[in-house]
Order: sequence, then C-alpha cells, then structure tokens
Amino acid sequence: MLPLEDYLVIDFSQFLSGPSASLRLADMGARVIKIERLGVGDICRTLYTSNLIMNGESSVFHAINRNKESFEVDLKREEDCEMVRELLKKADVMIHNFRPGVMERLGFDYQSVTALNPTLIYGEISGYGNNTEWKNKPGQDLLLQSVTGLTALTGNADSGPVAMGLSIVDMLAGAHLAQGILACLYRKALKNEGGFVQISMMESAYDFQFETITTFMNDGGSLPQRSKRNNANAYLGAPYGIYQTENGYLALAMGSIPQLGNLLGCEKLEEYVEVSEAFDKRDEIKAILADHLLSATTEKWLSILEPADIWCADVLNWNALMAHEGFKVLKMVQEVEMIDGYKYETTRCPIRIDGELLTSAIGSPKLGQDNEKIIKEFITQHTIANA
Amino acid sequence: MNRPLEGLLVLEFCQFLAGPSAGLKLADLGARVIKIERPKTGDACRSLSIKNLFVDEDSLLFHTINRNKESYAADLKNPEDLERLKKLISKADVMTHNFRPGVMEKIGLDYENVQSINPKIVYGLVTGYGSEGPWKNKPGQDLLVQSVSGLTFLSGVDVDGPVPFGLSVSDIMCGNHLAQGIMAALIKRAKTNKSVLVEVSLLESILDVQFEVLTTYLNDGGKLPDRSGAKGSAHAYLSAPYGMYQTNDGYIAMAMGNLPNICAIINCDITDLYVEAGSAFENRDKLIVRLAETFKKEDTKHWVDLLEGHGIWCAEVLNYQTATALNTYKSLQIEQELDLDEGKKIKTTVSPIRLDNRKLFASKAAPKLGFDTAEINKEFELS
Repeated sequence: MLPLEDYLVIDFSQFLSGPSASLRLADMGARVIKIERLGVGDICRTLYTSNLIMNGESSVFHAINRNKESFEVDLKREEDCEMVRELLKKADVMIHNFRPGVMERLGFDYQSVTALNPTLIYGEISGYGNNTEWKNKPGQDLLLQSVTGLTALTGNADSGPVAMGLSIVDMLAGAHLAQGILACLYRKALKNEGGFVQISMMESAYDFQFETITTFMNDGGSLPQRSKRNNANAYLGAPYGIYQTENGYLALAMGSIPQLGNLLGCEKLEEYVEVSEAFDKRDEIKAILADHLLSATTEKWLSILEPADIWCADVLNWNALMAHEGFKVLKMVQEVEMIDGYKYETTRCPIRIDGELLTSAIGSPKLGQDNEKIIKEFITQHTIANA
Repeated sequence: MNRPLEGLLVLEFCQFLAGPSAGLKLADLGARVIKIERPKTGDACRSLSIKNLFVDEDSLLFHTINRNKESYAADLKNPEDLERLKKLISKADVMTHNFRPGVMEKIGLDYENVQSINPKIVYGLVTGYGSEGPWKNKPGQDLLVQSVSGLTFLSGVDVDGPVPFGLSVSDIMCGNHLAQGIMAALIKRAKTNKSVLVEVSLLESILDVQFEVLTTYLNDGGKLPDRSGAKGSAHAYLSAPYGMYQTNDGYIAMAMGNLPNICAIINCDITDLYVEAGSAFENRDKLIVRLAETFKKEDTKHWVDLLEGHGIWCAEVLNYQTATALNTYKSLQIEQELDLDEGKKIKTTVSPIRLDNRKLFASKAAPKLGFDTAEINKEFELS
C-alpha cells in the first residue's frame, strides 16, 4: 500500500515548481489530475530543452508530468469552471502557481475553493509572495538565483556570477510545497481539517542558503569570498575542491594539509602545519596541490588516499556513472509508457518506503486524454446537462 | 497556532546536515525533536565551524541547523544509557539516523530490533549511496556525491572542467526528501497503525535534482551536456540569451525570451547569427558573446528598466548586501531572531513554508549538549 493512496490532487500549476511537487505526491500514491488550458496545456509541453522533442512534446514535460492525468478545460467558459468545481469538491489537495491575482479573477482563490470544500488543502507557489513590491515579477529560476546572492557561491573568485546549472530554486520550492501539503495531509488524517500552504521562490532560495546567509547575518555582513581556483565552497578551506589529474579529475573534501602532503609525496604541503592556514592560505595551498595532482592518474591518487581514509572521489560524467555498479544497484532508471504506447526512460522517486522503490510505469498524459473518464467518474449529470 | 505535526515525538540520532535539516523542518512544522547525542562531543557539527564563527561553545553552523530542538546525551555503548533510550524509543513516533551500514545493527537499534520495541515507529535512514553495492561504505560527503553524480558538468563554462555547486546541495535535498518521506510514512501509519521504514541517500537525492536533464540524456542517445564556452552562460541545455551579462556597473541576468525581440530592444545586431528559431541553440555561444558586447555599454539599471518596460524577463544580479536590502526581502520576513542565554540573540532564517496565513516562526535556539537530559529522564520516567 502506498502512503497517499485514495488522495485526489487537482493541479493547475505549470512549468517545474508546482508540477514537481505533484509528481512527488503521485509517486507516493496520490491520484493527480492536471487542469490544462484548452488547446495549449501546460506551457512546459512546448518548452524545448536542447531541442529534444519526444512524441511531440518536450523531454522536460515528460520528466515532470509522468504518473498524472490530464483534464483539458477552458476556464473562460462557465460550464468548464463548474466541472472543475465539482472536481474540487471531491479533492483533497489543490495546487497552483499562477501570479498573484489570477486565481481571484478565475474564482479559484483560497477563499472561493475552501467555501466549496472546507477540508481541502490549498497549495500555491509564487515568485515573491502575494503582498510585496515584487509580487508581479516573473518567478523564473535564473532570476531568483540572481536576486538572492546565490550566484556568488559557485565558480572561482574571478568567474563573475555563476549560476547553478539547473532550475534549483524551482525544485526547492516544489520540495517545500510538497512538505507543507504532506504535513497538512497528516493533520487532515487526524483531525479532518483543511489547510493553506504558501511558498515563495525567494524564501525557498534563502532556505537553501540558510547556512551561508546566517553566517552573513552574524558576521558583520561580509560577503562570501570564493577561492581563486578549485573553489567548491566559498566558506571552506583547502583542500575542498576538484582538481585535474593526469587523466581526469579528483574531488577532495576536508583533510589535514600536512597529512595530504605526506601521502601524496608533496613536501611543500607539509609546511602548512597550522590548522588555520588551510583557510587563510587556501589559494596558495590549492595552487600547490593542483600542480602536484597533475603528475599522476586519478586511480593512482585514489589508491593512496582511500586506504588512508581521506575523503576523496573520482569525478564522473553520466556515461561513467551509469556504467558503474554503484549506480546500477540503485535501480534509479525506470521505463514508463504513454497512452499511445510511446515508451521512454526516466528517473524514479528518490525515496524508498518499507524497502520498496516508489516506481510507476505510467508516462506523461496527452493533453486532455482523461477528459471523458474524469467527466464520467466525477461530474454529476446535472452539470453535464448544463454544459 | 495549530501546527500540523504537534504532538509528535522525533528522536534524531543524525549528525551533520542532511538528517538534522530534516529534523529542523519537522520541528518547524510542530514536532518535538530531541537530538540523541554522544556525551562530551555530541553532533560533530558542534565543532565544525565556517569562518571560525562560534556561539558560546558551539559553531554558528550547528546553531543554524539545530534550532528549535532539544538535546539528550546518551552513550549508545553504555548498557544503562541504551536501556533508557529503548524506553524513550518506545514512546517516540519517529527516529532518524545516518550511521554507516552495520553500526545500528551492532547496537541493536536497527529497524528490525526497534520494531519490537515500538511496533508503530517511523524509522528514517539516511545513507550516502544506499545500503548495497560497491559504494555503500564510502563516506556520504556532499562534494564527493556531487562529483560521482555527473552534476559537476552542468555549471560554469566548458573550459572550467567540473564545477561543483557551491553549497551542500546533496545534503540539503536529501534532508528535504527525508522530511517528505517521514511525513508520507506518518500518513500511512495513521491508516495502518504499523511501523514504516523510510530510506533516502545523498546519491539518489542528487540524481533526483537532475531528473529533467537525465531524462533528456536517457532519450537523446546519451549525449553529454554541452556547456557553453561563453562566460556567464547559465544552463547547458538552454539557448541564448539565457545567462548573466556584465554591464557598465554590474551584471544583468536574462531568462529565456524571444531573441530577435530582445535584440531589437537593446539595439544589438544579430542578423548574421540568427537566421531561424533554431539559431538560438546552434549559435548559442556566439550570440552570448555578441549580446555581452552590447550589455557592457550601459549600466544595469538602464537595461533592467528598458527590458522590463517591454515585459522581458530579466533581473539585476545581487550579492547578499544588496539582496537583503530589498523591500521584498524585508516584506517576506525571511529573518528571525533566536533567544540565547542572558538576553543574547542571533539571527537566522525562518521556515520557508507559510501555513494557514502565518509564517512558522520559532525563536528557540539550538540546545547545549545534553541540556534536556535530566528533564527528559524525569518526564518519561527513564531513570
């Protein structure tokens, strides 16, 4: 039995943030119905990444929206709105990520929906909250990374701002929304109460940076300083970073500098005996280390460091990762199938419950593929007669 | 206020970041979280500082991750302490740990044994690389997990070689996933009245973070990500103008957008590079370099005002000083103060979740090692 069996989630959200939350709920057993705009659907369907179109839609859409149903409606038609209201009366959770004001205009704001269904859990994601100076700005991932100081943490001192090369703020906001909804579903299971969960991407971006921004708040407001080279964390000393070797790369986490010097046969490093030097002199230490590590292969260095319990690792790309037994044993890749028989591979939910992998063979939905079934199942004859 | 996890008792045997960050989320949502810590040393994070910042005897880092919790000191190798802990476990709803494989089995607090102490326990387990396979005994350290996961080929420019994310992203996402799994398990338990096992690992979590681009890779014939060679590019899979550009006095970030339209607005001639929609991908690097030449000519405010006036998605790139000075930062109430001894206070962030129209403020600071031991012994009649 999956934890969220028997729960119904109505999801109006688009792109990544909201839909990544409903994907998690779906994999935990909930039934997720996407409410999609007539003729167009989730804009993510046509947001092409690397020009890769799979079965008529973007690869990204397929990754985010598997294991869901699609209900295609025109929210400008009263009859369609009435059908959606019927669905919401029977739902446990509703999600949207429209900009502030849109749901009020459509009549699906928190007040209106909870009037229909007082035990519903209403979840929403915005860029910057509903009542701030920036409430109407687009909640776009790179822009959120840029205005929250996040781009000053990755890359080297002279790299200028460097983005994290994924939509990380979207994913964090989705993760936080899923958490708020799950907490409310627990409360609902006990007390049969509804709930209102609001997430803004800006707050999610700072939660991600809670260690570094807390340091900034209590350190007289000094800015993070990335190391000149081989930076992996602006706040950590040498050797923390990734280094080139004769045939690839080597990642080094924390470790004593003289001990490293001794193990690697690099005498210059043995001079840095003061613990504080690892941070204060990290640029010169990293430069010495970088030069030295070029002199042998990654395998050679690992064979010396791993037996000495130094925290280190090879640096793999996806080809090397997927060929490795350490990856295969996780069974992280699953195949899913769409209604028309199109199959594709994707990753699974990262959480295991009772020793089981939370897999699902259901692919992403074609726009409106479930209309007939949903109407038959949920909509009363009275509503249909009016439609 | 009515917090959803009120009344739940969580025992946290975890150290460092992944597990304790999940405990913090549960605490802010209303659970009572007790850290079970080794006498004298406690959570190793207590002595792990960044920039050598300490609050009393514990690192500021520890305070950031462990606010709103209690501390119970117990030595798992001491039979009397272990007996007390078993009694405490019998009254708990959730326990979490991130010991390496085999440690809890030796002590007798693995899932099998704990079920006999408490048949309704939700048992959360964090590992680096899962519980089987050749990597199971490797240290679960964030940078190393990033390095084996392929993540380091997504940021920066191609000549940089691997570029890790400059934060412990595997730990933090794994903590998020653990919190989700535990709450799903609590929902399941509410129906079945039986114990539930939740397992997460840093590696599975960082692979989940890459789920969009991995799905692309799995279906495009195994093409590796192709980062741009042009400084400021921000995503290996997105076309120009996506990225950050130097201006006369700072940087501007440009999201995805209609390139000919944008170039017309900023008066940048791309006619030789842009002949059809596909050019934004094919000539990405040259286009980014071309745009960069134009953006250098004026200051950031000029460009942001001009582009926002046309509805183009862009923003000034800010640092912590300029970012925290924004009105929006203040209106969202991202900061809170924690109460320390003798009226001293430190600042940190609040939970990012707003619930029933309220922020989940919690002013309780992190506990001193073993601060609550005596009280807990008394309350649960452990000694």
